[in-house]
Amino acid sequence: MSDTTLALAGNPNSGKTTLFNALTGARQHVGNYPGVTVEKKEGIHVHEDRRFKIVDLPGTYSLTAYSLEEVVARDFLVNERPAAVIDIVDAANLERNLYLTLQFMELGVPVIVALNMIDVAQQRGISIDTAVLSRLLKVPVVATIARRGEGKAELIEVAERIVGEGIRPQGLDISYGEDIDHALAEMEQAIIAANLLTDVYPARWVALKYMENDEQILSLGRQADAALSASLEAIVTRVTDHIKATHDLYPEAVIADHRYGFIKSILQQGVLSVKHDRDRLYMSDRIDSVLTNRFAGPLIMLAVVWGLYQFTFTYSELPVAWLEGFFGWLGGMAEAYLPDGLIKSLIVSGIIDGVGGVLGFVPLIMFMFLGIAFLEDSGYMARVAFMLDRVFRVFGLHGSSVMAFIVSGGIAGGCAVPGVMATRTLKSPRERLATLLTVPFMNCGAKLPVFALLVAAFFASHEALVMFIITLVSWAGALLVAKLLRSTVVRGESTPFVMELPPYRLPTFKGLLIHTWERTWQYVRKAGTIILGISIVLWALMTFPGAPDAVKQQFDTDRQAVTVASPAAAQEIENAAEGATLSAAAQTLQGKLDGIAALEAEADLRYSVAGRIGTALETLSHWAGFDWRTNIALVGGFAAKEVVVSTLGTAYSLGAVDPEEAVSLSTKLATAPGWRPLTAISLIVFTMFYAPCFVSVVCIAREAGGWKWGAFSMVFNTVLAFSLAVVVYQVGTLLGF
Amino acid sequence: MRIPMRQMQDNQSGTIRAVRADGELGRRIRDMGLVPGTEIRIQGRAPLYDPVALRVMGFTLTLRNNEADFIEVEVD
Repeated sequence: MSDTTLALAGNPNSGKTTLFNALTGARQHVGNYPGVTVEKKEGIHVHEDRRFKIVDLPGTYSLTAYSLEEVVARDFLVNERPAAVIDIVDAANLERNLYLTLQFMELGVPVIVALNMIDVAQQRGISIDTAVLSRLLKVPVVATIARRGEGKAELIEVAERIVGEGIRPQGLDISYGEDIDHALAEMEQAIIAANLLTDVYPARWVALKYMENDEQILSLGRQADAALSASLEAIVTRVTDHIKATHDLYPEAVIADHRYGFIKSILQQGVLSVKHDRDRLYMSDRIDSVLTNRFAGPLIMLAVVWGLYQFTFTYSELPVAWLEGFFGWLGGMAEAYLPDGLIKSLIVSGIIDGVGGVLGFVPLIMFMFLGIAFLEDSGYMARVAFMLDRVFRVFGLHGSSVMAFIVSGGIAGGCAVPGVMATRTLKSPRERLATLLTVPFMNCGAKLPVFALLVAAFFASHEALVMFIITLVSWAGALLVAKLLRSTVVRGESTPFVMELPPYRLPTFKGLLIHTWERTWQYVRKAGTIILGISIVLWALMTFPGAPDAVKQQFDTDRQAVTVASPAAAQEIENAAEGATLSAAAQTLQGKLDGIAALEAEADLRYSVAGRIGTALETLSHWAGFDWRTNIALVGGFAAKEVVVSTLGTAYSLGAVDPEEAVSLSTKLATAPGWRPLTAISLIVFTMFYAPCFVSVVCIAREAGGWKWGAFSMVFNTVLAFSLAVVVYQVGTLLGF
Repeated sequence: MRIPMRQMQDNQSGTIRAVRADGELGRRIRDMGLVPGTEIRIQGRAPLYDPVALRVMGFTLTLRNNEADFIEVEVD
């Protein structure tokens, strides 16, 4: 038996995700809607012998063609025809939430209203007669408390009944006033007669969308039947002119007024009774009077960001150490038990070091995501957008840009890929373009390992402070570049900031864990596939073709020479058992031999493909303090920023004196020649600003609508990063650092 | 007395009489329930005095000052 599809829909903050989690548990699949990058979550709920496939539609307030989320939601409903839509309605916010419900009903889909957070409504003295509401709306209404899973069984039973008995929706014809009603009737007849779009949409709905000037339906209509579309548009123009002349309003305003009028009349027919003043202050408002206070608000905001750092760094320390230990042990085992040669080199230097370097940071990223999920789910993130809008506007951005910046790593640890996608919530193409071109400057989870490595090596005593400064610098850089872009390549007006401040809620533990798990898994998956592949390719680049025979022979000759010079010591080393203490003479000889081996390894690397590229770039990069090893790592970082770490790891363990000693990379860097704190700062600055990883570049190109923006972000960012790094290094050197 | 929403004081209440905005801003404002006849109360302003937060039908909504200019309110 095939799955029965149910769609979950509703306003943002209505508890939709919580209900989705309650219904599907861990059986979820996260993907994208076809052709677009809006996230699509699916899960399975089994009820008796029926499997329900539950699809979580994007949260919206309306069903216009105004945002991509709304278009995706209504396209899904008309194209996939789910057996029913479970419309999650916030019981404490009935009036506004029913606005969307009406639009589902007008679209002719079977609706089940889940009256969620009924407990919160009751606490606020709001009582709702679900039976009357159900009778007046002519749809089933089920009271739920998604956080506790209450009502979900009943919801599924109602769905089962609708599916099992094949109950069709009764449809809903709201009166929009005489003028519009007449025009709609006239248009509906013409649409039915010509079958305009009626294979997917109800005729009256198409007429209504023409009246609302809906871009998507207008263009579909014009494609299907240009002549009919023109005559429908003529009717709309006639009505628009009339309404404009008599009421000084547009039809869409009249339509919205009547929808709200319809909702009010329903609620007044014994559905809703409110005990106290609805606008009285609740706990949430009292919290807001402190958290968004003119003086305390910004300070608390800084403290929250700071606290997130402390939380992340302190609690992830132990698991990070475990993972580093584990991969060190694994490398040691491979080193001891595998025969010398290319395979051993591949496994130790390519695979174990590469994967270990990336997975070692998983705990850090997990704690970071947990913190961010808490801020998002609690409602605090919206306050951040509210408080920062005035600031963002100065830079030609939008208060909601903050979300894209934060997802990308504005609070360190995000990822520019979902960040670039998060810019879809921005309605103005210009603010959106400026945001998506600057979000890659944020400290994504992949740059964190690079920063963490350098900070641990050179600024270990001030770890949290330095990471905090790095965040501030990336913000400043991103905002200034945004301003630069908005006054040059993406000039233009700014767009609306109409946003809900949801009540503060304590996030559910389950919701936080699912959210954290999804994002961390995304990172691990990327690490496990792209990074491993890149790590192996880089190993090959760094191993082949190796030093030429003449150079190799020179090393052999040198070895011969030192061995022949002290034959007794050579004999002793030859016969010595593992771990035995050598005589002074033998130790000196061993030291000399090790020195030669290190030089040989380094020569091999220098003569490899990667070494040649790195060396060639050195003439330019030495202005920023980077040697060929760093250059190789940075080139690798084009693929994904975390590759910088694994490449440095590979580069240094291949060229190291004693590969058996499991020294961690940061200790290695701290003592490596050519490295000092200023070099680390210069590299941090370069890593922060240079070309985004290719996955981000692909997303930027797709989201911005052209490869020219992808190319722009690669070239512009790299030039900017290099200029900044050179300034930092040269000025720092002049000042004596 | 009818005034643009921008001129309302913190904690002042009133009833929306007209929304002059059209296009995207108009749609967005109306989708959130800001239609003529709706009662609102100014809840406060962001630390930099913009945007403004208002209470409407039991929830909190934010608007920029230059967007609040399009909304005419009959104040109590």
